[in-house]
Amino acid sequence: MSTDYGDADTFFGVRLDRFERLYEAVAGDYKATFGLVTVTLFVLAAIFAPELAPYDPMAQEYAIMQAPSLSSAHPLGTDSFGRDLLSRMMYGARVSLGVSLGAVTIGAVVGVSLGVVAGYFGGWVDDALMRFVDVLWAFPWLLVAIMLVAIFGQGVWNVIAAIAFAYIDDFARLARGEVLSIREEEFVLAAKNIGLGDLGIMTEEVLPNAVAPLIVQFTVLIARAILAESTLSFLGIGVKPTTPTWGALLGQGRSLIGQAWWISIVPGVAIVITVLGINLFGDALRDAFDVRGEGGSP
Amino acid sequence: MSTTDTTDEQPRELLAATNVKKHFPLDEGLFDRLFGDSQVVRAVDGVDLTVHAGETVGIVGESGSGKSTLGRTVSRLYEPTDGSIMLDGRHIETYSGRELRSIRRRVQYVFQDPLSALNPRKTVGESVARPLSVHDIASGEAKWDRVAELFDEVGLARSHLDAYPHELSGGQRQRVGLCRALVTEPDLVVFDEPVSALDVTLQAQILNLINRLQQEFELSYLLISHDLSVVRQVCDRVAVMYAGEIVERGTVADIFENPKHPYTRALLDAIPRVEAGERGERKSLGGEPPSATNPPDGCRFHPRCPEFIDGSCSGRKPELQSVDGSAGHEAACHWLDRSEAKRATHTPPSPSERDVIQESTGD
Repeated sequence: MSTDYGDADTFFGVRLDRFERLYEAVAGDYKATFGLVTVTLFVLAAIFAPELAPYDPMAQEYAIMQAPSLSSAHPLGTDSFGRDLLSRMMYGARVSLGVSLGAVTIGAVVGVSLGVVAGYFGGWVDDALMRFVDVLWAFPWLLVAIMLVAIFGQGVWNVIAAIAFAYIDDFARLARGEVLSIREEEFVLAAKNIGLGDLGIMTEEVLPNAVAPLIVQFTVLIARAILAESTLSFLGIGVKPTTPTWGALLGQGRSLIGQAWWISIVPGVAIVITVLGINLFGDALRDAFDVRGEGGSP
Repeated sequence: MSTTDTTDEQPRELLAATNVKKHFPLDEGLFDRLFGDSQVVRAVDGVDLTVHAGETVGIVGESGSGKSTLGRTVSRLYEPTDGSIMLDGRHIETYSGRELRSIRRRVQYVFQDPLSALNPRKTVGESVARPLSVHDIASGEAKWDRVAELFDEVGLARSHLDAYPHELSGGQRQRVGLCRALVTEPDLVVFDEPVSALDVTLQAQILNLINRLQQEFELSYLLISHDLSVVRQVCDRVAVMYAGEIVERGTVADIFENPKHPYTRALLDAIPRVEAGERGERKSLGGEPPSATNPPDGCRFHPRCPEFIDGSCSGRKPELQSVDGSAGHEAACHWLDRSEAKRATHTPPSPSERDVIQESTGD
């Protein structure tokens, strides 16, 4: 480490050697490298879709409308309306990745906060918060989505809100369970002994020690969120129907799988690769946070 | 310190705990709660304890006697159920929030197992430096200078600042624990079995270090241990705890040379000795410590006492009374004035007979 006092430089409050560890964990593991590279590529493709996409995703070519084909002009073929699939995939990544990352992040922040507070304080706080979470859990998220669309109309933010709503309870329960065991650890009492307040103990002592399963949960739910978004699109309560999303593309191609397999296979493969990439990267992230090196790193 | 100050003027009372109780509620079912049949674990049940400035007070007792709970209650890590705790003449038992934080700076607790008492995700340097920023004592460069100085003081290399707890050895970790306790310059340090997790050579090193730090920083110590040789080596005064109560207290000399309570005697008998010719004479104390939810009536030690006399043992609770008129040495036993000869020849009734013996046969 750089200085002899252990006064490591920090970046937004995170010690830089954590990033070094992360870099080592990713660079030293080809699976993690693959995960990070694919996810980064997909994210870049989504961000720069207007510049990179060879065609307007809405532009139809009537000549090849009825016969989706693979050609040098359309490397991934066209869909049943003659729209370029590669362009639609790039634009679709914006919605799919944005919605899933946004929804799971919101769900994680709200859920983990609830779970940590409930588990740390216990007693009636725990009872009250967890019953609230039970109510969220018992409420069908599809109904929430329909309700939001009915009130606010269709839009990306409503989709994010509905999916985030569905994931709050997963994070809350997981975080609470971890905190229940961590708060009995002696280092929590030791933190109390040096005069650290409840908030400090929760964020400095408890949460960092609960982070590993939460990261895994995060990567798993990203995958489910992409599928949830496609469910909403399929039901017609997702984003606007003509907007391309991976889930919607998958749904549209389903009926044509006999004639034009690529319309559904391409978005399907993209979803699988994204989910795999996020999972592999998540494992590396978990190992990097696990300073004891007990994680299953190969 | 084994060097007892016999100056006439009493040094100031740093910590004075009176009638301290700590009861833990048992986790009960709904029915118990509804019908009010609540049970509590009486971990500490009415203990008086004083620590004078500059002295080391030892608390000994077997596992489950409540000595750790007592240490944690007087240092306000646990909420006391009852009783008063005075630090420098101020009642701290009701402190909370900001007031309590000022106490945290002055009273520090050193845990038995430093590995579990250090956050595995912080470097030990961060753990030691944290109290300085919590109490706004130092920040930035000054903070790390102070931590590095302390590391030098306790014999840790500065390169260890960046180590995580699992990367250090047991002795190094306990030194880190000492650093964290001392970094705020406290007045009172409570040691909970500070060396029992270490091997014997390390024990001596750490105890010497603890002694040296006491002189250097003018600290007062409360030392909790089940190891009588540790207590004898380090302490000025000793309190013997049994089942949440103090059964005997006095100076180290009082307790080790002239033990009066049968439980203290049994504890001392249990120390392994190496002198020739003493083998085979050790009496071991039968039975188990009593239930802390439902302690025995009368003297809490009576079911196991090798000197059980009669119904007054099981019927009346003995109070701490001074031994041989000495002010400092007190023991809680109905039969303090028995002669050695009587003690040696006495054959106590068996535990089952003890239950039958009534109060009427006593006195």
